[in-house]
Order: sequence, then C-alpha cells, then structure tokens
Amino acid sequence: MARHTLSILVQDQPGVLARISALFSRRGYNIESLAVGTTETEGVSRMTVVVNVDQHALEQVTKQLNKLINVLKIVELDDSTAIARELMLIKVKADDHSRTKVLELVELFRAKVVDVSGDAVTIEATGSIDKLEAFLNVLSPHGIKEIVQSGVVALARGGRSIADRSNKNSERSI
Amino acid sequence: MSQHLTGAESLVKSLEHADVEVVFGIPGGAILPVYDPLMDSPSVRHILVRHEQGAGHAAEGYAAASNRVGVCMATSGPGATNLVTPIADAHMDSVPMVAITGQVPSAFIGSDAFQEADIRGITMPITKHNYLVTRAEDIPRAIKEAFHLASTGRPGPVLVDITKDALQASADFVWPSHVDLPGYKPTTKPHGRQIKEAARMIVDAHRPVFYVGGGVIRSQAHKELRQLAELTGIPVVTTLMARGAFPDSHPQHMGMPGMHGTVGAVGALQKADLLIVLGARFDDRVTGKLESFSPKSKVIHIDIDPAEIGKNRYADIPIVSDVREAISQLIPAVTAEFDAGNRADLTAWWITLNHWRETYPLGYDQPTDGTLSPQYVIERLGKIAGPEAIYAAGVGQHQMWAAQFIGYENPNTWLNSGGLGTMGYSIPAAMGAKVGAQDKTVWAIDGDGCFQMTNQELATCTINDIPIKVALINNASLGMVRQWQNLFYNERYSNTDLHSHSVPDFVKLADAYGCHGIRVSTAEEVDKAIERSMEINDAPVVIDFQVHRDAMVWPMVAAGTGNDEIQFARDLAPQWERGDD
Repeated sequence: MARHTLSILVQDQPGVLARISALFSRRGYNIESLAVGTTETEGVSRMTVVVNVDQHALEQVTKQLNKLINVLKIVELDDSTAIARELMLIKVKADDHSRTKVLELVELFRAKVVDVSGDAVTIEATGSIDKLEAFLNVLSPHGIKEIVQSGVVALARGGRSIADRSNKNSERSI
Repeated sequence: MSQHLTGAESLVKSLEHADVEVVFGIPGGAILPVYDPLMDSPSVRHILVRHEQGAGHAAEGYAAASNRVGVCMATSGPGATNLVTPIADAHMDSVPMVAITGQVPSAFIGSDAFQEADIRGITMPITKHNYLVTRAEDIPRAIKEAFHLASTGRPGPVLVDITKDALQASADFVWPSHVDLPGYKPTTKPHGRQIKEAARMIVDAHRPVFYVGGGVIRSQAHKELRQLAELTGIPVVTTLMARGAFPDSHPQHMGMPGMHGTVGAVGALQKADLLIVLGARFDDRVTGKLESFSPKSKVIHIDIDPAEIGKNRYADIPIVSDVREAISQLIPAVTAEFDAGNRADLTAWWITLNHWRETYPLGYDQPTDGTLSPQYVIERLGKIAGPEAIYAAGVGQHQMWAAQFIGYENPNTWLNSGGLGTMGYSIPAAMGAKVGAQDKTVWAIDGDGCFQMTNQELATCTINDIPIKVALINNASLGMVRQWQNLFYNERYSNTDLHSHSVPDFVKLADAYGCHGIRVSTAEEVDKAIERSMEINDAPVVIDFQVHRDAMVWPMVAAGTGNDEIQFARDLAPQWERGDD
C-alpha cells in the first residue's frame, strides 16, 4: 500500500462529487483526503484525491473513475514531480508564559498567526502533509485545542498543465 | 423548426425520435403528465404491467431478444424503487435499457414529500449514468444522451428522473442533432500492434481456448467468432451469458464452463496454455478460486470496458475494443501468420479434449420412484421447441439445467439473469422478449419459487395478446438452496420447502389469469403437453411440470474451491491425467 495523489477533472454538474465518493466506497477504497474547486475553465472542476492503496487497486479505481460520464481526465501526480500543499488552522493554548515559545515555532515553520486571545493563538499553516505533521508534533506539548484542515491540493511541476496531458480515452490499453 | 410543447409532450416526442416502439410501465402521480400525450403517440406503444419490477425485466427481455434499447417507466418513490432490481440486473449483464421515472416537483425535492425517493442517488452505483431533469427544455437532450449511453460502448441501464414541474412546464422542442459528452468516448477499435501480437500468440499456442462471454452477443459478433474459430480450429467455451454465441452442435464447442459447466469446458480452461477471452469478465462463477484458475495459461483479453481488463486476472495482451471489430481484425492477422507457416499443432490438445468430452458427457439419473425428472423435461422442451425458439430462465437449478440441456444454435435465444441472479426474471423477461421478437416462440423456463415472485405479469400477457409459454419446473422447493443444504448443511432443509405441488394450484392460477394451464407429472405426458402448447397461440400457456425434488445440478465446482476440484456427480471427480497434461 502506498499513498497516491489523483487529480481528476470533472464536469461541474450536480451530483458529481457524490458519484466519485460513492465509487470509492462501493469499490472498498478509503479516501484519505479530498479537495474540490473550480478551475481556469468554466464548467470544469478539479478534485484532488489522496488514496492509500496498492498498485492493482489504484489501476482499478482509476479505470472505474474513468467510466463515470462526468469525469473528463485523471492524472496521477507523483510526489517527486508535483507540488502538494495542505492548509491547516490550529488553535493552540498560549498564555503570557508560553506565547513567546509558540510564536517562535510559528516563525520556524513559516506559519502565520491569524488570531490571538488571552489564552490561545490561532495559526494558519500551509505545506506538505509531512511538514504539517512535524509542526503539530512540536506544538502539541503546548496543548492543541482545535484543528481544521483542507484536503491536499496538488499541481505538477513544470510548464505543462493537466489539460496538455494525454486524454483519458486515448489510452488504449493499460 | 421548433415546436412549443409541454415537458411531457417533449418527452413523448423524444421517445419517438429515439425510435422507441414500446414502453413497459405503470402510471402514478409524478409521471402522470406523460401518460396523457402518450395516448396519442402514433409510434410508441405503452404496455401496462402489474408491477414495476415486471416493467424493468420486460425491458431487459425486449433488449436481449431484439438488440434494441429496452424502455421502462414508473412514477416517483415506490414506482421508482421497484425498478431498482431490474436496473441492477441490467447493469450486471450489460443490458441496454433506459428507465424513465417521474419525480416530485423540484420545489419539493428534499422535503420528504409524498412519494419522494432520491432515485438518482439510489441508482448511482447500478446505472451506467443517470439524470435528474428539472427543466422542460433539458428533456430532449437527456433522452438523446440516455439512449446513446445505453446502447454504445459497454451497454447498460441509464435512468432519467424528471420532476413533475418539468413535465408540466412548456419549452421549445429541439431534438439535438448530436450528443456532446466530452467524458465519454469509448474505444471501439483495437490497437493494430496488439492485434498482431495476439495473432502471433494464438498461432503459437498448443492448448488454446476461446473463452467467450456475453459481450459477443451484445456486439453481435457470432458470425465473426465462428469464422475465427473455424479458421484456427481452436476449441470454444461459452459462458452462461454467451450461450448461443457459438452453435452447441459445432464440433469445436466444448460447452459451458464454470460452477455447473461441463468437465470438458472446465478442463479446457484449466489445462490451457492460452485463453483468448472475448467479451468475458472472469466472473467468480467461471473461475472458481481465482488463484488456481487456469494456472498455466497466458491471456489475451478483449473487452470494450478497460476496467474489466486486469480486474480479476492479469492480461498478457490487453485489447480494449468492440469485440466484433477486434475479431474481424484478428481473422486476417491470423491468416497472415498461417500463410507464413506459423501454426502450432493442436492434435494432442484435441485428443485430450475429446477424451474428456467422451468420458464425462452431461447426464442425469432418472428418478427410480417413477416421478418426473426435471432435466428430462427441459431436454425434451429443447428438442421439441427447437433452436429457433427463445428461452428465458429464472434463477436456480432450472436455470442451470436450461443452460445445459437445451441446444442453443443462435444468439439472443437464451435470456437469463447471470450476474445479479434475480429470481423472478423469467416471466416478465419472456414477455418483453415476445414483444421484441413477435414471430418467435418464447418459452419461460421458470422454477416454482421464481414464478411466485413475478407471475402477475401473466395478466399483462393475456390482456395484451403476448402469448408466451411457461415451462414451470415445479419441485415444490427452492431447489438450488435445497441442493446446497443437501450437500453442505447435512440435509437440514431449513425454509426451502414451498409446498407448491399443492399450494397454489398453478393450473387454476393459470386459468384465473386467462392462460391455458396443463399439469404434467409423468414422463409419458411431457411431449404431448409441450406439443399441445406449441399449437396454442391465442393465450399464454403454463405447464406445471411436477418434478422430483432431489434432482441435483451436476457437474459442480463447490463455492470457494478451485476448478480442478470439479465433480461430475456426487463424490466423483474426473481423472485429468489421462491423455495430456
């Protein structure tokens, strides 16, 4: 089993998110993270799905997704050739004694404080999954009160866009 | 030129444009607006069924017999949910079908309104695609796309759910000139290089087999298959879904593989060095335990659905294509190899195959107590009704016997529920088949358990002059389940006794439905009853064949075991080693 990041271009139509998430659950695959948003093209949305499956299952899930009529294109983004980022908002306990230490960590991880109150600060952090995990580890001794995170979004490096990549249906065999 | 029409009128007009000749359905509140203009349609016939499940299976039977898209219609809520079983059935067996359902007005959606069910959400995993249409102007495009999706690529069911307000609103009617589905472009032509490689592998193999699935029937590739088979001299096996794709009388036909397949067909797959898989999907009822299935063979897998390739078995040569197109291209490619002198000798393989075929033919024992053998009934039916008739089976023992003991010579003459295994399929499917092939004799071969799930459609048949014939294989039990209880549950027959030799009285039931009812309980009466039924065409016929209940389906590969462990009769395993390995 390994973590795979799929970028899926879909027609922006009612029910398309349900179709995709239902397909994952019906075929027995768990979604680790999912992010949806609009794209540069009107009527087309982009989903970034992170799944933890083996190679055979990945091939199956990709083929089954391709069969959905509203799916336009699927590209697997390789960690080494893509940029993947996640956004996290973290509420950490911070009083007069500990605030300075927390702020040092924020500085160190190039995160940002977005709200301060008497007993806590709220931090905005972006980065790879690994970086955010490391950040949480060092913050946890101070007491994490609340976390919210977006799904991973990812883009391939280099000048080519997903639209330049080969279309799903030109793929004749596996 | 456009006309201003209500949504309901534009739906009927769309069905006319889609060349629909018949719709099976039942009206109700949300779909009601459609039924008014439907009365005036010059070309669309509506057949009022007695249960929506019957409408769905009738649409399937119509499609399977005629190679056209079957259409069923129901109202919202329970009407729509009653279609769920046939939609799932059509999805599993790749049947081209369009289901149209009424939906509560769009303003009520999500409010738990009367007869509201989220049928689009419910059918998402069991349709090829589905639509919720809330505006009158969107109806023609949805219908055009639905028929295109249902009938092209890998066929399947498409549901179009239309809100009542969309049916009542007005819009200009425009029948789209083309479909615009950027995410749907099925690959129908094979890759030339793959075909060449496949041809080379085929001529080199010493123990090759054509593993033929239902895709050959759906793509109408039977003529091309026969040509390729005769060109190569390679043995053919036809799966449950492919019975009729290759003539049973053909000397190269080894029969049906799988859980209840012939020893010859199962052995051919097991001992092969090459499987040429044509529109089949390595279903678990064919492969048995996957790890021990055909362990020494390479695989050429041809299927229009890329997701089937490599799903259960690795394909050495994957070919995504319409199977008819691929076979057409394989014929010259193989010929070219032969012309170049490349041709493996299949003599030893055929010696082995013929040995299996002669040693382990299909057979059955006559009951010793003078009761009627179900296999005998089905065998006689096949002989008397012949290979031009259409046979639609239910699910269970009678289905397997019908697959085994009737000789199929033509495609689209064997209809059954293969993937989903839906009891109750037979009667409504036979009804639909008779509507789709009016000049053919259509026999429903049904069990007494199945029959009691959907026999209300006999009323539909009688009233609408659809004279199907029913061979009811009545063993007064849920026979296949009983067989498993006999084999695997110490003969403890929990809840499989249906008492249907006495309740209900099927002859009286037939009579009540305006059908001819005949009861047969001895072998001597069998031919006469079938012959008499063949002469009756003014109404449906039901023959209640009261048969022996301890008859079993053999051969059998027990669930969870490997194909090598096939038994051709109780505790009797074939000797594979003689001949060749």
